[in-house]
Amino acid sequence: MSEETAVDGADAPAEEAVVVTETMFGVPVLHSGGQVVLHPTREGYPGLLRDLHEDGFHSAVDLCGVDFLTHPGRDLPAGVTAERFEVVVNLINHRNRSRVRVRLQVPEGDPVVPSATSLYPGLDAPERETFDMFGIAFDGHPDLTRILMPEDWIGHPLRKDYDIGRIPVQFKEAPAVRR
Amino acid sequence: MTVTHDPAAARTSEGAQELTSRDIVSAIERLHELGAVLRLSEAGALEAERDRTPDDETMIINMGPQHPSTHGVLRLMLELQGETVLRCKPVIGYLHTGMEKTGEQLSYLQGPTNVTRMDYASPLFTELAFSMTVEQLLGIEVPERAVWIRMLMTEMNRISSHLLFMATNGMDLGAVSMMLYGWREREETLRFLQEVTGLRMNHNYIRPGGVAADLPDGWRDGVLRLLDMLPGRLAEYDTLLNGQPIWRERLQGVGVITTEECLALGITGPILRSTGYSWDLRRDMPYLAYDEVEFDVVVGSYGDAFDRYAIRLAEIHESMRIVRQCLERMPAGDYRIQDKKVTPPPRARIDESMEALIHHFKIFTEGFKVPEGEAYVAIESPRGELGCYIVSDGSANPYRMHVRAPSFINLQSLPHLMHGGLVADAVAIISSVDPILGEVDR
Repeated sequence: MSEETAVDGADAPAEEAVVVTETMFGVPVLHSGGQVVLHPTREGYPGLLRDLHEDGFHSAVDLCGVDFLTHPGRDLPAGVTAERFEVVVNLINHRNRSRVRVRLQVPEGDPVVPSATSLYPGLDAPERETFDMFGIAFDGHPDLTRILMPEDWIGHPLRKDYDIGRIPVQFKEAPAVRR
Repeated sequence: MTVTHDPAAARTSEGAQELTSRDIVSAIERLHELGAVLRLSEAGALEAERDRTPDDETMIINMGPQHPSTHGVLRLMLELQGETVLRCKPVIGYLHTGMEKTGEQLSYLQGPTNVTRMDYASPLFTELAFSMTVEQLLGIEVPERAVWIRMLMTEMNRISSHLLFMATNGMDLGAVSMMLYGWREREETLRFLQEVTGLRMNHNYIRPGGVAADLPDGWRDGVLRLLDMLPGRLAEYDTLLNGQPIWRERLQGVGVITTEECLALGITGPILRSTGYSWDLRRDMPYLAYDEVEFDVVVGSYGDAFDRYAIRLAEIHESMRIVRQCLERMPAGDYRIQDKKVTPPPRARIDESMEALIHHFKIFTEGFKVPEGEAYVAIESPRGELGCYIVSDGSANPYRMHVRAPSFINLQSLPHLMHGGLVADAVAIISSVDPILGEVDR
């Protein structure tokens, strides 16, 4: 995260890149399928959500994780380092009927993201689901527990290094034969 | 805020999912379980909660996962003081089958088979969301006829889904005859869906590139039969339920929510509209050809269980309006895109041409490749915004397939709706949220 430039102000172009990255709320932007995709740093993420909330994005529609373990290369604006995990948040502005998507890079070694539940209480369950499925912890979440898997489950199923089809159906009292 | 994060602990979190006694949970969590939408600091939460703390004994009970009114396997933990619900926490996951993980193993052509099983009361919508996301990644436009077929079929499905709601809502509140009627009419609707898709449920009909098959001969008669039958039956419901004081008493003023709370919690669909907030993706962010058809977005005014019921009843009428317009304006043409990359060749060509045979074989074994990228497409399902987020790595399988299930998000309203209500009202509230547990747990 250290080599990432904290782009402050809308006029600051990304360093060392020939292409001037488009920014919005001081955050690099890409367009995907007619929607705006913002790429904040982890430090800038809570501030960006606050800005968006003030701008009219009052409703957080969805939050999910993506594990890019086996597909490291992907389209990102200059200045954004690709990390293993990504947290994707979809916000909606009812007034001017627009959507934005926030893609937040989360490193494998320290998968912690500031929780957005104080601003968007509706992200409560999706953050729990992302924690459950990817092991990404949300700092400040009121009740960060597994939501879909049993609470004594080991591992995070949607990670790419979590095999499928190897695990027999487990009942709580049965002895574990997991690998 | 500093985090003391232990990766090993994150891998094997043993955190309890249950509702626990008041002195164990933090004030913030407690407030959340009381249904507060406002997020406060720990001290602020304690302060805000002070006057609400009950002075005598409370009891935590489980409702579900086998309770008949929980629509499957929803488990609610309720803190009761006498008959009054103080706190509520939905515990879910009993139907979790890892469909998002399964989706990563299936090709784009097999994808609809998987996602259609999520929301089993309105399967065509999940197929539609999935297909539209794939089409956006592929950058293709489906033919006009396919668009209108999709609209016709999803509106039919909306009718059947709302009829199912009518049936179960009636059953939950003791109006058992409503259950029989609702089920009867739903069956008629499903019969039409079966005529077209071959299956009553889990159709796998809407696929990337169009639909699986053209409308069969005589489909107009099937639609007309339904359109003739339903208005009379809906009028019967009206007499049976709206004209019944017990029904109104059980629903009016029960489980009230405001627009602000809905927006904060991300709640969409009939629950949001019941608060008087007019938001329907079909009208506000039109997809398919919804900008070419006429229909009204029905809103309520009190945000209670009765409004949510009345909105769904009225939405059946609106869906019938759209279906009638689909019937009149159904264009001729192809029911799927004629793009060699995505579409298998027609059956007749396979007999004539070796290339067509190979092409057919390749599409069904390898599948088609989708360009790298990511896309999120949302549609209005009977339960709210149904979104599909797909990340493609350029192969024939989605790299990540996530479905934003409206029921999953809408369930978050339960603690809020339940707080201060009676246990008997809890049943009415669950029913009025209309969660489909297959979609909640995926």
